[in-house]
Amino acid sequence: MSKFQFPESILSRPVYGTLAPRPGKSHLMIADAEGAEALLELADRDENLMANSHIIYLPKDTGETYVDRLRAAGPNQLYVGPSFAAATQRIRHVLGQAHMGLQVYLTGTEGLIGQAMNEATAVGIPHTAIQTEHRGSVARRMQCVHCKGITEDVTTDPFVCSHCGLNLFVRDHYSRRLAAFQGVCIDAEDPGNVPDPVELYS
Amino acid sequence: MSAAPQKAKAGAEKIDVLVSAVVPLNDLVTRFEFKRTDGKDFPPFSAGAHTVVEMQDEGRTRLNPYSLMSDPADTSTYAISVRRDDQGRGGSLFMHQNVSQGDPMVITYPVNLFALDLRARKHIFFAGGIGITPFMAMIAQLERSNGHWELHYAARSPELASYATELKAKHPSNVHVYYDSENQAIDLGHLLEGQPLGTHAYVCGPAGMIQWVHTTAAELGWPEDNVHSEEFLAPQPGKPFQVRLCRSDITIDVGENESLLEAMERCGVDAPFLCRGGACGQCETDVVEHSGTFDHRDHWLDEAEHASGEKIMPCVSRFLGETLVLDR
Ligand code: FES
Repeated sequence: MSKFQFPESILSRPVYGTLAPRPGKSHLMIADAEGAEALLELADRDENLMANSHIIYLPKDTGETYVDRLRAAGPNQLYVGPSFAAATQRIRHVLGQAHMGLQVYLTGTEGLIGQAMNEATAVGIPHTAIQTEHRGSVARRMQCVHCKGITEDVTTDPFVCSHCGLNLFVRDHYSRRLAAFQGVCIDAEDPGNVPDPVELYS
Repeated sequence: MSAAPQKAKAGAEKIDVLVSAVVPLNDLVTRFEFKRTDGKDFPPFSAGAHTVVEMQDEGRTRLNPYSLMSDPADTSTYAISVRRDDQGRGGSLFMHQNVSQGDPMVITYPVNLFALDLRARKHIFFAGGIGITPFMAMIAQLERSNGHWELHYAARSPELASYATELKAKHPSNVHVYYDSENQAIDLGHLLEGQPLGTHAYVCGPAGMIQWVHTTAAELGWPEDNVHSEEFLAPQPGKPFQVRLCRSDITIDVGENESLLEAMERCGVDAPFLCRGGACGQCETDVVEHSGTFDHRDHWLDEAEHASGEKIMPCVSRFLGETLVLDR
């Protein structure tokens, strides 16, 4: 099951919806891993949608699981890439060429949705007009508030900052600008007193 | 009582002015320019703002909103352009027939319900007729900040296209004018489709034009937040009705040719308002009890609220029936 219902939290925490086909002459879909399932469901809901769609897909640990099915859905263009960093140039290029009316659909992990959202809002699409749907891992992209380094795909709380090595507490406080949650040192007052890490939402 | 300062009177703060110029532009439209009576500068405003002009018309106070069309950077003068409406309620006729240079008048501080979205990469303006006025101020503001804009202006005929000649002379590549008399029309779908991401559209003109721009943009996948419009509704006449104002503890009659808001004001009730045209939400009033039907005409309440019978916008909406009791 690739859908996860996040419990209600503070206002800063992003909430996700369910992708639905929208009117428009061109569509940009950016997905990672199980996000492919949301795109396939979208294709099923509107048979004309894919012919005008550009899909940018990052399979991550799902490998080839969805690639053939995405291709079979008949997108106008399909790009399969290894990482968000590798896809960024292409995303910017597509957005740079686009006109008003472009529909943007983002689906998959929170890290992917947040970073792709930043690219789309940077060219002037209001975030309220961008559809998102969470699928797959609940792993988070975390920023260490102390060294500012980003640790991708964090799945436990607390975790060790991959840059400065501090033990960080996973919070729901989110930065739209950084597309990351904010992690704060958990043992600052009593160094070494670190609770055992638990899986997020376990 | 809250600690926030309480405003003494309803509506925006007022400014005493003198009419410094009356400039007829064509058969229907005249520009009125104001200076402050105390000789000071006006408050600066953001383009798209309007002022409410108070007219003393033989014992009757008329309050009409007009878009400020002067350059927002020029705080020495405020200017409005008024289209004479012979079928209207008389405010525009009063301006045309009774106001001359040197006259003292009272106007309100500017209120902006139609501001530029300054995050826009580009601004595309659609004006119909006298709907050109807010764009005059917007263009002046954007020219100063090097904003990227274009204007599509539809008018009945070259004679009635206020400011078209001056705008085209100043900005030949940004201004496109279309005349009904020459069967020219804005190619809206094509224009909206070709805009770069981050464009914001603004429309001011007749109701049909506003609707047309909103619907076409939505069909083409434009985000709702990128389409802005302003339409002041003039209160329409209707059958007289009676209203009980329970907080003021009076019952008043609303005449055929006055709005509910105007009737309340006539009876000395200090009811809140800003735009007087069904757009700002300021006059929203709770209905305590009613038997009869509402004639909702505002752009503020949504359909469900209209259907609920729990709220009314007294600046434009009316009522038909036995009893109406308002929390005012
Ligand atoms: S005064 Fe603005 S909606 Fe009534």
